[in-house]
Order: sequence, then C-alpha cells, then structure tokens
Amino acid sequence: MAIDKYLRERFFPHMWCAGCGHGTVLNALVRAIETMGMSRNEIVMVSGIGCSSRITGYVDVHTLHTLHGRALAFATGVKLSKPELNVIVPMGDGDALAIGGNHFIHAARRNIAITALVMNNRIYGMTGGQYSPLSGCEVLAATAPYTTIDPSFDVVALSVAAGATFVARCTTYHVKEMIDILRQAILHEGFSVVEILSPCPTYFGRSNKLGDAAEMLRGFKEDTVPVGSAAKQKNPELIERGIFVQKEKPEYCAAYEKIMQKARSAAGETI
Amino acid sequence: MLKSFCIKREWCKGCGICVAFCPTEVLALDAQGKATAVRLEACIACEQCALRCPDLAITMQIAERED
Ligand SMILES: Cc1ncc(C[n+]2csc(CCOP(=O)(O)OP(=O)(O)O)c2C)c(N)n1
Ligand code: SF4
Ligand code: SF4
Ligand code: SF4
Ligand SMILES: [Mg+2]
Repeated sequence: MAIDKYLRERFFPHMWCAGCGHGTVLNALVRAIETMGMSRNEIVMVSGIGCSSRITGYVDVHTLHTLHGRALAFATGVKLSKPELNVIVPMGDGDALAIGGNHFIHAARRNIAITALVMNNRIYGMTGGQYSPLSGCEVLAATAPYTTIDPSFDVVALSVAAGATFVARCTTYHVKEMIDILRQAILHEGFSVVEILSPCPTYFGRSNKLGDAAEMLRGFKEDTVPVGSAAKQKNPELIERGIFVQKEKPEYCAAYEKIMQKARSAAGETI
Repeated sequence: MLKSFCIKREWCKGCGICVAFCPTEVLALDAQGKATAVRLEACIACEQCALRCPDLAITMQIAERED
C-alpha cells in the first residue's frame, strides 16, 4: 500500500494500547501526507514526551523526539533555519497545554508556519492517568479520586486568541474529515492548530466508565457536530468540529528573512 | 469494487473498532481476539475500517469502476 513508505514498519506492532486513538491519528496523518504526494525528505516531525509523542518513532520522515512540553521550541529552531521544510508537531494535551502552554501560545502569537496537533485524550496517558488542563470538571482521574474541579481550556478559542491563523478540531471517529483537515493545516502558511479528540480507553475511559474504544468513539459521534450547525444552538453541550479560522497574516520566518535583509544591507553600507 | 482485503494479524490488537462500525457486518473477532473478515462478499469497500484502525492493520485495494 502507498502509505507503507511513510512508516517505519520494523517498529510495528506499535506501543500504544488496543483502541488508543493515537494510532488512528498516525493512520490519518500518513494518509494525509500520502495524498499530497509529499517527499519524506521535505517533512520534519518534532515531538515531546507522552504516549502521543511516540508517534514520531513510527513515521519515516525526518523526526526529532525531544523534551516534554518543548517540542514547539525545537520545531521553531528547525523551521527558522530551514523554512522550506514542512514542520509538523504532534503533542499530547498535557504536553501542549500543561507544561508546554507557554511555548504553545507564543508559537501561535508569532504565526510561525508550523502544524501543531493536539492529540487530546483529556489525560496524562503515559504516566498513569493524571488529569490534564483538558480533562474538564467532574471527571475521575488518578489524581482526582473525587472528580476534578478544574475547568478545561477550549483549545480552539485559546489558539484563536493567541494568534493562530488556522484552527480546527476533529475526532478519531471522523477520519475522512481528519485527513482533509490535516492536509489543509499542513498546506497553511502560518501557525496551524488541529485539536484531535483521541480516546485513551486505558485510563480516561476506564476511570470514567466510558466503555471500550468503540464506545468512546460512539461518544465522539454523538457529542460533536459540524461547526455552525443548528443543533449546537439547541444543545450548547455539543462540541463543534471543523475549521474555525483560516486566514492570512504575516508569517514569522518570512518576517525574519526581511529583517535579516535589512540588517545585511545596513551592515553592507557601513563596511 | 474491492480488489483485495488484508488484516495483518501480528499488528491487530483486537480493539473491536472495525467490527463495531462496519456497516455490513463483514468483520468479527476470532477465538484469538483478532479481527477477521467473515463475510467479505458483503463488503461495500467504504474503507472506514482501514481508516479507523488504530493499529494500521487493515489494508485494502479498491478498483476503480469502469462504467
Ligand atoms: C519535564 C518533565 N516533566 C514531567 C514528565 C513526566 N511526563 C511524561 S509524559 C507526561 C504527560 C503525558 O500526557 P500527555 O501530554 O497528555 O500525553 P499522552 O500520554 O496522554 O498522550 C508527563 C507529565 C517528563 N517526562 N518530563
Ligand atoms: S495509556 Fe492511553 S494514551 Fe497511552 S497508549 Fe494506552 S490508551 Fe493510548
Ligand atoms: S480496528 Fe484494527 S486493531 Fe482493532 S480489531 Fe480491527 S483490525 Fe484489529
Ligand atoms: S470496507 Fe467498509 S464494508 Fe468493507 S469491511 Fe471495512 S467497514 Fe466493512
Ligand atoms: Mg494526554
């Protein structure tokens, strides 16, 4: 199959649990890349630490597996030094928005052309099911035996407010939609954020009695609606999917190149 | 039209997602807990099983219709 060439098959079967949504994200991501006909040489994937971050081990493109929460900082360095490459940064919800929250908002503010994926399972999967800034109120977690009291970030609203110029949400139930959104996010000339609702049946699912992986996917089907649909007006609890923002703004590497030219010509004048 | 359909048994972890959402009940988990096609003739080649499989265990080829 055509996606084989983007996979490091020698590491399969992969390390994720049965039914882990992160595997479906990998599946959709390699398909999105394959349909764009991109060469493995023009893609760099940079991740931090977490079950989600292990995704870089399985894709046969240029990959960097870095520090928890710091993937966007490493990715910024890669992108600034080689702006012609496509830089994709898959992150967990904890990775992106707990320890990595500051890197996240500032990367968005700069509008650097990086594709940031938030693989949101509402939990710290890798370390045993502690709650995250995306768990939301009234859920059970290893660190919240009597349920959480912390409201969650709205990743979409946060990204838009911080300055991201492409912002979307999808789920691992709606894979065709995800492939299409990933493709547009990768092609976007600016900071793009794609929040992907991804089940962790082992911790989030089990502690909140949400059933098996298929049951959790059924939840995504029932609890989400396309952006702008009338159903959301009637039931504000529903979560919207789709593309929320897609706009042009000066991109960071382009602005940096301009300022470098200015500096070079100023230096040339003085010599 | 479906040209080929294959489930890599070594990669399948038996999560049951493909079984749960197949619109024509083509798939089932076998005695070892691995997905298997029990009614391939009913497959409508919608590809949803291959797209959703978290273990990338399902590969299929779909022939273009010639009419
Ligand atoms: C600096 C640092 N702090 C804490 C940890 C421990 N740690 C590893 S992964 C992780 C959180 C993982 O959660 P998330 O980012 O949501 O990814 P998931 O495993 O759920 O995909 C934590 C706290 C670490 N590795 N490094
Ligand atoms: S612990 Fe959760 S996030 Fe980690 S591999 Fe298992 S299901 Fe996936
Ligand atoms: S979805 Fe994939 S891993 Fe899960 S049972 Fe089906 S073939 Fe196996
Ligand atoms: S392609 Fe569609 S119909 Fe065929 S086995 Fe998969 S889910 Fe069922
Ligand atoms: Mg997580």
